[in-house]
Amino acid sequence: MRQRLRVLSPGLRTLVQDTGFRRSRRQGVPLSGVLDRTALAQVNALLDNPADTEALEIALTSPTLVAEGGPVRVAASGAVSGMVKTLKGDSRPLHPWTATTLLQGDTLNLSAPARGGTGLLGIGGGLDLPRVMGSRATFVRAGFGGLAGRALRAGDVLYPCPTPTINGIGTGTGAGSASGAGAGAGADRIIARPLALASGPIRVVLGPQREWFTDVAIETFVTQPYSVTPETDRMGMRLQGPTLAHAPGKGADIISDGIVPGAIQVPGTGRPIILLADAQTTGGYPKIATVISADLPRLAALVTGDEIRFAAVTLKQAEAAAREQRAALDNAVASICRAHRTGEIDIDGLADANLMGGVVDMCRPDNFPDHLYDPE
Amino acid sequence: MDIQAIRPLADSAITVDLAHEVGPYAAASVGTAVALLNHELEAGTLPGVTEITRAFCSVTLHYDALDGSHEALATRIADILAPAVVDAGPTGRAWRLPCCYCDEYGTDLAALAARLSLPRDEVVRLHRETTFSVHALGFLPGLPFMGGLPEALNVPRRTEPRVRVPAGSVAIANGLCVIYPWECPGGWHIVGRCPIPLFDVSRPSPALLDAGDTVRFEPVSAARMREIEDELARSAVGAAAFMEAEKP
Repeated sequence: MRQRLRVLSPGLRTLVQDTGFRRSRRQGVPLSGVLDRTALAQVNALLDNPADTEALEIALTSPTLVAEGGPVRVAASGAVSGMVKTLKGDSRPLHPWTATTLLQGDTLNLSAPARGGTGLLGIGGGLDLPRVMGSRATFVRAGFGGLAGRALRAGDVLYPCPTPTINGIGTGTGAGSASGAGAGAGADRIIARPLALASGPIRVVLGPQREWFTDVAIETFVTQPYSVTPETDRMGMRLQGPTLAHAPGKGADIISDGIVPGAIQVPGTGRPIILLADAQTTGGYPKIATVISADLPRLAALVTGDEIRFAAVTLKQAEAAAREQRAALDNAVASICRAHRTGEIDIDGLADANLMGGVVDMCRPDNFPDHLYDPE
Repeated sequence: MDIQAIRPLADSAITVDLAHEVGPYAAASVGTAVALLNHELEAGTLPGVTEITRAFCSVTLHYDALDGSHEALATRIADILAPAVVDAGPTGRAWRLPCCYCDEYGTDLAALAARLSLPRDEVVRLHRETTFSVHALGFLPGLPFMGGLPEALNVPRRTEPRVRVPAGSVAIANGLCVIYPWECPGGWHIVGRCPIPLFDVSRPSPALLDAGDTVRFEPVSAARMREIEDELARSAVGAAAFMEAEKP
């Protein structure tokens, strides 16, 4: 029988996600995909998967999975940990930023993602699911992609794509090319130095509709603290804080134009909304600023009540930050090495490096009545 | 071509504004710009750009900051578009889509007629005789925003949005017409129902319509609409059968 993962309990919102529907926005399809692409790249590196291979994105509470039919490789992101129980009743921990092999009958019981946010569980080889528009991302609102266009349910069965890495367990033939330490394919692997995301204010480039706001509004936006409200989902993050005034004669409406994840729109209420992965492709509210690409993964670590501050940077700084993050990601991948289950690894050090947390109140997928009632 | 503004979406995308108001000139400008830019994208002369999307009055180029820069792209875009001449000719396919205007599906027709002080049949006649232009797809996958609605049918949205608008609903507001690809909440006035699926992931290009296409509605009875639904379900007829003319 084929090796597979059976879902014993699904978690509140566990979705198959990759880097999204990258060529279909012209058809009105949101980008979708994981909220934190740096975490996706790292769990995939741990598994020797291509960087954009799909993983399970876990929110709020975590699933319990059992391996059947043979070994299955999995890797936890920084926000995820758990316990592996064997058929014999032995257990061992799965630490953040670790890849391990689940043998037939092993049960993986994951803990709730750090701080109640989101995390990722990578699967060796990825998941054998049909691609929709070139992607295995799940877009729940329209019910397509991923596993039947929905979150996991108890009883679902996930089949990893067959890979040489899995077949090579115990022989070392699938040893990771990313691992200078020559980690065996079946062995546990860790990222010794996982990517550390930036700290401090979330960096933005002002605009695209900078002139729709008063100078006072711009000053307020980049100096005052905001907080994340429960009205947050994969579509967007509604913030609470000082209201932002639209410029006289401009108002709170624009002719709908293009949107990207990270765009910060300000409707008539004056309260900003940061658009996220599942945001619609066009929008009719002016956008005061856009989060730089290097800081998008940081949004995935924010939960209700968190304070958020913004700092304006130039386009050149944004582009430099993207290159620096790419170099840091390469360094993290280069630090992947073989772990020893006996506990020589500095687990506390790893946990300290764990900056991944998560969003969101995904129990409320449609809490953006403005979006939904106002296509224009 | 008149470039009104080139705007950054940080290091993720660039939006080029080409007009100030929704209408045929904006649609022609945007259509011309998209055609030119897609040609450059295919030729590999827009470094870093991954996808080009369009809205009513603007074009957005999505790019990867590791492969392209705002400054270089903005210069390149201006070089391509500034000397271009707007082509007002047809840019897309012509569709004739069935629409059932009966009371069961045109749930807002009676109220709309009263509001506009027009006979119900006149509202239907004005709608079905219009050749709509698809200005943009958005809000939901495959949802067409169509311009060309006669001034006599120009109404704001309903004050009380519906929690559920059925899939296939043809609805108008703010001078535009839309067709809802899925059941969802909505505040537009529903005038009829179109049985052709607007988005089907099993199609190579899932969205039925594309910006630049034109659409006319063919009135059908409720019985005929159900027949069409049945024929589509049995694959006895494909959505392409409702296309009148290919892309020029």
